[in-house]
Amino acid sequence: MAALKRKGRQTKWGHKHLLGLRELSREEITYILDTAEGFEQISTRSVKKAPPLRGKVVVNLFFEDSTRTRNSFALAANRLSADIIEFTKKSSSVSKGETLLDTARNLEAMGIDIVVIRHEAGGVPKFLSRNIKACVVNAGDGYCEHPTQGLLDVYTIRKIKGSLDGLKIGIVGDIAHSRVARSDMWAMTKLGAEVILVGPPTLMPGEVGRLPVQVSYSLDEVIEQVDVINMLRIQFERLGGNPFPSIREYSHYFGLTVERMKKAKSDILVMHPGPINRGLEMESEVADGSNSVILEQVTNGLAVRMAVLFLVNQAAAMKV
Amino acid sequence: MGSGLLIRGGRVIDPANGVDRECDVLVIDGKVSQVGEIASSAEGAAERVIDARGKIVAPGLIDIHVHFREPGDEEEETIASGSGAAVAAGFTSVVCMPNTKPAIENETDVEFIHRKGRQTRKTHVYTMGAVTKGREGVELAEMGFMADAGALGFTDDGRGVQDPAVMLRALKYAGMFDVVIAQHCQDDSIGGKGVMNAGYYSTILGLPGIDPLAEEAMLWRDIQLVKKTNVRYHAQHISTSGSVGLIRQAKKDSLPITCEVTPHHLLLTEECCTEYDTNYKVNPPLRRAEDVEALKEAIAEGLVDALATDHAPHLQSEKELEFLAAPFGIASLECALGLYVKALLEPGIVDWPGLIRLMTSGPAGVIGIDKGTLGVGGQADITIIDAGAEYQIDAGTFRSKSRNCPYHGWAVKGRVEKTIVGGEVRFEL
Amino acid sequence: MAVVLDAGQIDRILGELTAQIIGASERGVEIAAIGIRSRGEVLAQRLSGRLSEALKRDVPCGTLDITLYRDDLNSPQGHAQPQVRTTDIGFDIDDKIIILVDDVLYTGRSTRAALDALIDLGRPRAIRLAVLVDRAGREFPIQADFAGYKTDAGPGKLVQVNLVESDGKDEVVID
Repeated sequence: MAALKRKGRQTKWGHKHLLGLRELSREEITYILDTAEGFEQISTRSVKKAPPLRGKVVVNLFFEDSTRTRNSFALAANRLSADIIEFTKKSSSVSKGETLLDTARNLEAMGIDIVVIRHEAGGVPKFLSRNIKACVVNAGDGYCEHPTQGLLDVYTIRKIKGSLDGLKIGIVGDIAHSRVARSDMWAMTKLGAEVILVGPPTLMPGEVGRLPVQVSYSLDEVIEQVDVINMLRIQFERLGGNPFPSIREYSHYFGLTVERMKKAKSDILVMHPGPINRGLEMESEVADGSNSVILEQVTNGLAVRMAVLFLVNQAAAMKV
Repeated sequence: MGSGLLIRGGRVIDPANGVDRECDVLVIDGKVSQVGEIASSAEGAAERVIDARGKIVAPGLIDIHVHFREPGDEEEETIASGSGAAVAAGFTSVVCMPNTKPAIENETDVEFIHRKGRQTRKTHVYTMGAVTKGREGVELAEMGFMADAGALGFTDDGRGVQDPAVMLRALKYAGMFDVVIAQHCQDDSIGGKGVMNAGYYSTILGLPGIDPLAEEAMLWRDIQLVKKTNVRYHAQHISTSGSVGLIRQAKKDSLPITCEVTPHHLLLTEECCTEYDTNYKVNPPLRRAEDVEALKEAIAEGLVDALATDHAPHLQSEKELEFLAAPFGIASLECALGLYVKALLEPGIVDWPGLIRLMTSGPAGVIGIDKGTLGVGGQADITIIDAGAEYQIDAGTFRSKSRNCPYHGWAVKGRVEKTIVGGEVRFEL
Repeated sequence: MAVVLDAGQIDRILGELTAQIIGASERGVEIAAIGIRSRGEVLAQRLSGRLSEALKRDVPCGTLDITLYRDDLNSPQGHAQPQVRTTDIGFDIDDKIIILVDDVLYTGRSTRAALDALIDLGRPRAIRLAVLVDRAGREFPIQADFAGYKTDAGPGKLVQVNLVESDGKDEVVID
């Protein structure tokens, strides 16, 4: 430990909340990824547990259906020896009655240390972080951000490609309603990649031209150029209206088919945040093919979430 | 000896009568009796002499767009608390919006508002009635009975009348009475679920947006209907540069169209929403800086008829909700004058007479009431303003029941010193 | 600042440690060196090289990151924020004699953390502690099996080990 003191290390991570990737610097994102590397081996050894969050209480406060992310966070917390409370509730948009804040303050009164929150409304994690003392980790808010997904995506790419600098990455699908697209976009561009958003104009967000990305309406053109293609899930529950005429037509223009894959670079990485609508965004042969890193994403998600839980707790301890 | 009031030596600004000079105002029996140099011998007629030297003496201010929440949401505001706030802010007349619970949709409802207003004895309290029953946009409400009972116009405010056929019918029917149809221009099929302006900020904040087109499409549609019907039409709280363009053309075409602008659309932009502070959640939403500029330009050009606060009080607990779920609205009645001074007077867009016109004779003209001037023989509604007084807005001291005010802590200039309603001093600092 | 060990002395101590470890090792039991990040890692690599040479068989070497096992994670850490790094042990530690290597043994807290970290990786036959510098001031009941230079530098002092691989030159200084 003398070694640590003498180098006079600077704090590389000072945030007790992880709310989004937009507000993080390249260095901070890199620091999380580097830290996550140290957590990867916990999942591969005989005792899949380490003690850094022993005696800490993590609450999984999920106001929206999710199995994958909730389980990933629960397992991550468990592997770090935290106690975890599951709190699943349908969010109500009633303006009177028990509010989100009441719920959070009640949980806080039980002495929780970290709140992992998913909510259908953008900004809820930020709102919560202003009002409670515990650390807040955003597990997806509306279509604002899903920072741990963004982190695990860039972690997966970095692990295979070595670096994101200079890579071309396509993100395909319902960009307008996708928090994954936003977190990916922030993380990827900050780490030096060039991002192309692909989808029909009806699924592009407002003033997309002001974002640090390119936009294309043709997957056929983009597939030839990119090193990584991230196929978003079509989320029927969010679509609203009729942004494209039919699933058939959507798949025709924006589905990742075996045929389209023939035009791609041979070492292209195929990603998907899951769960996949097979045959819609992506044909099964592609999802299960040799370029697919979809399951690696899930595995890496665990290491990334452990790192995030560890880091926010460390930052909170530092500020005591 | 009557119940006289002599206001001495103020800068009397009465834009409707082209008055802007230092002189006296004599009020006898609740009416303006004389404006000019009044001999000291007349002092005998006055029960009270007010020294207004260095102050502005203006017609009582009028706000044609407030939400006093009664009946239905009395925990947020009542006619008593709202008009108490209004009189302290220099307003002598206010027009309540009919989106109460239930909506103001018949003569009994209108009379209820008037009675509560009279009982409170603060400001004159007027109301508009709903255009459609329950503000549902389907069947016309009883506009005739409401107009007879004194409703000053009709609006489904909080929502626009979506169906063009219903709107056309409302305008045609209103042609029977001398009333104005006011519209909250927003096409729900475009702007429906939005909670802030649609654009870059809604994109990065991940919030559903209300496209400026939602406002402009409805305003454009209504202008076409007004061309057909020639009934008085008032566009409430316009917020986009596109709307300004439409109003400019409509006025050029001499259509009977008026419009109003709120303080928040002159002072705040969509960027204010970045911290998800629900005190900035308002409908129409805060727009881009370009829109703010366009609105200021419209005011400089004289396209805007009235300034109106759209005072929309809400409980703290409701505003403590997530941005998506919290109700729309800003409570700004009590600091309105200071806000307008900051937005319009300080940057030189209007001078004092111009500002006072937009807060008095302008709004009076929109709703067609004989107020907003200091004409001899008219009711003595007078506001005395200390133009130079600087103060800090403190929402904690509001007389309004609500505190959802994003201007809390702002330093502003221009303070109301006395408010006189019907010859009676109802507020003094 | 006083240089207490120079490159030559460090080299000699490593030779002695190697001899001691070989002398104490049971016949037929595999040994492996695991260094605690970051100076222990370098020392473990040197020791495993010497041991492999002397024993004429491969003595594997690994690196242990103990950050997750530290006992001060929830105490205010000021600006000395420990960074989690990888644990890199490419072999099975079960039934081996593990030579745990660190640069300085002082309070014993790092060793405690390392022992816990190792136990989570498997069940070695034994764990032996080898350190370059054994400094007085133990807070835990932990002693080195193989210790090089001993010093009773007071609590205000800083004992600093520099190694070619990480710091450009071999020396131990007390500040």
